[in-house]
Amino acid sequence: MCGIIGLFLKDRAIEPELGALLAGMLETLCDRGPDSAGFAVYGAAAPHAIKITVRGPRDCDFTAVVRRLEAGGDPLPRVVHDTHVVLTVPEAREDAVRAEISRMPELTVVGCGRRMEIFKEVGRPDRVAKRFGLDAMAGTHGIGHTRMATESAVTTGGAHPFTTAADQCLVHNGSLSNHNALRRELIRHGFAFQTNNDTEVAAGYMSWRMREGDSLEQTLNSSLSALDGFYTFVVGTESGFGVLRDPIACKPAVMAETDRWVAFGTEYRALVDLPGISTARVWEPVPAKAYLWERH
Amino acid sequence: MRTVDLSQTSLRELNAELHRLQRTTNETHWRIVNPRGQHAIGVGIDAPIVVEIEGHVGYYCAGMNKEATIVLNGNAGPGVAENMMSGRVHVKGDASQGAGATGCGGLLIVDGNASARCGISMKGIDIVVKGSVGHLSAFMAQAGNLVVLGDAGDALGDSIYEACLFVQGNVASLGADCVEKPLEGRHKIDLARLLEAAGLNGTVDPASFRRYGSARKLYHFHIDNLGSY
Repeated sequence: MCGIIGLFLKDRAIEPELGALLAGMLETLCDRGPDSAGFAVYGAAAPHAIKITVRGPRDCDFTAVVRRLEAGGDPLPRVVHDTHVVLTVPEAREDAVRAEISRMPELTVVGCGRRMEIFKEVGRPDRVAKRFGLDAMAGTHGIGHTRMATESAVTTGGAHPFTTAADQCLVHNGSLSNHNALRRELIRHGFAFQTNNDTEVAAGYMSWRMREGDSLEQTLNSSLSALDGFYTFVVGTESGFGVLRDPIACKPAVMAETDRWVAFGTEYRALVDLPGISTARVWEPVPAKAYLWERH
Repeated sequence: MRTVDLSQTSLRELNAELHRLQRTTNETHWRIVNPRGQHAIGVGIDAPIVVEIEGHVGYYCAGMNKEATIVLNGNAGPGVAENMMSGRVHVKGDASQGAGATGCGGLLIVDGNASARCGISMKGIDIVVKGSVGHLSAFMAQAGNLVVLGDAGDALGDSIYEACLFVQGNVASLGADCVEKPLEGRHKIDLARLLEAAGLNGTVDPASFRRYGSARKLYHFHIDNLGSY
C-alpha cells in the first residue's frame, strides 16, 4: 500500500495555497498509509543562506537549542513546527551550525536546501499534517507520503520523503530488491545513509547522478536500469518535479494537469479537491517513462 | 430516473439500494453524480437497469455486473468491470489496470486507453478498447474476445489458454505461447459483431485487424516432452 502525492504549481497566484492543497491530498490517502507521514515543501529562499530542518524530541526547548547553535553570533531566523524547527543559516555559518547540531544527540537533521523544508512523523497523516501546520505553508511545489509499513518498523526514520542532498527529495511507493548492493556502491562514492531503508538508497542514487552532472531527466532514465524492484517515485528538486514508474507498473499512479498546476496521486481520490479538477487532463503515467516539469 | 449524489449519500447506501432491486423493478434508470474517485461504485448489480456515472471513479467500478448497462462518463481506476457476468459496461474515458479482469460474460467498452493487464484471466467477456492496451493484456486468458483498435503493450496474451485477441495497431511483443493466427471469414464476422456492439458499425474494417491466440503448447501434453513427466 502506501500513498504518495505531489503538486507542482505553474500559477504563482496559488503559491500561498500550496500547503492547504497538499494537506487535503495527504488526508485523503490516510487509509492507504495510516502509520506515518511526511512531506517536503519548496518555499521561499533567503539570499546567501541555507534552510536546515532539524527534528528534536517531543516538547524540545528549541529556544535553548537555537541559542546554543547561535554561539553568541547573530540570531538565526527560525520557525518551529511541532517537533521540527527550520533554521535559516547564512552560508558562512553552515559548517559551524552543523558541527554543533552533531554534538546534540537529541537532534536530527531532516533535510536542508535553499528552498526545501521537510517534515515527517509517526501518526495518522491528517494529524501529522495538522501538527506541522502544513495547511498554512506556501511554496512552488511539494511532495508527500502516507506510509503503511510492511518491511520495517514504524519509526520517524522510516517515514518519507527521503533526502540525500540539498533541495533533493523523493517519495516512493513500492520496494526495491537491489538496495543493499547499491548502498555499498554509493557509500564508496562518498554517500552516508541514515537508515537501512530501500527508498533512501534510491534517493542516494539520484543525488549521486545529479552530483555527477546529470539532469533530472537523465537521472530518472538511468534509474530505470540501476534500480530493481517495484516503484512509483515522485521526486523534487529546487526547481524540478519528476515522476517515474517501474516498467511493470506494479504500483498505481494517476496524474492531472491544468494550466495552473500538475498533480500526482496514488489514486484519483487524492486529486478531487484541486481547483479546476473537473476540466483537468487526467491520465495514468506510462510505465518506464520519465515525466518532469521544471520552473524557469 | 433516480439521481444519487455521492457527496450526500454514502457509497454503502447506494450499493445496498442497487442490490435490493428486483429484476422486474420500475427503477430502471439511475444517475450517479460526484463519484470523486471512490472505490467499488455499482459493484454487484443483478438487474437489467441503466446506471450512468458522471465523473472519474476509483477501483473495481461495476465489478461482478450482471445484466445492467453501466455508462461511466469519466476515467476508471483499476479493475473496472472485474468479473463481469453479463450486461454492458461503457467507459467513456480511460481505464486503469486490470480492466475486465476475470470477466465471464457481457461487453466492456473503453473509448480511451486501457493500461496494463487488460482482460487478465478473462473467461468469456468481450472487451473492445478503442485506444491502446498496456503490457500483459489478456494474460492467462481463457475465453472471450479482446479487440484493440490501437496498440498492445509487451507480452500480449502471455500464457494464454484460449480466447481471441484482435489488434488493429502494433503489438510491442507477444507473451509466452501467444502466436499470430490467420484472420478468417468467421473471425471477421465475430469482429464485425463486436465492433457493431461497441457502436463502431461500418466505421472500422474487420479485415484491418490481426488475430492472436494460443499456440496450445504450454498447457497441452506433447509426446516429445514425455521424458519430463
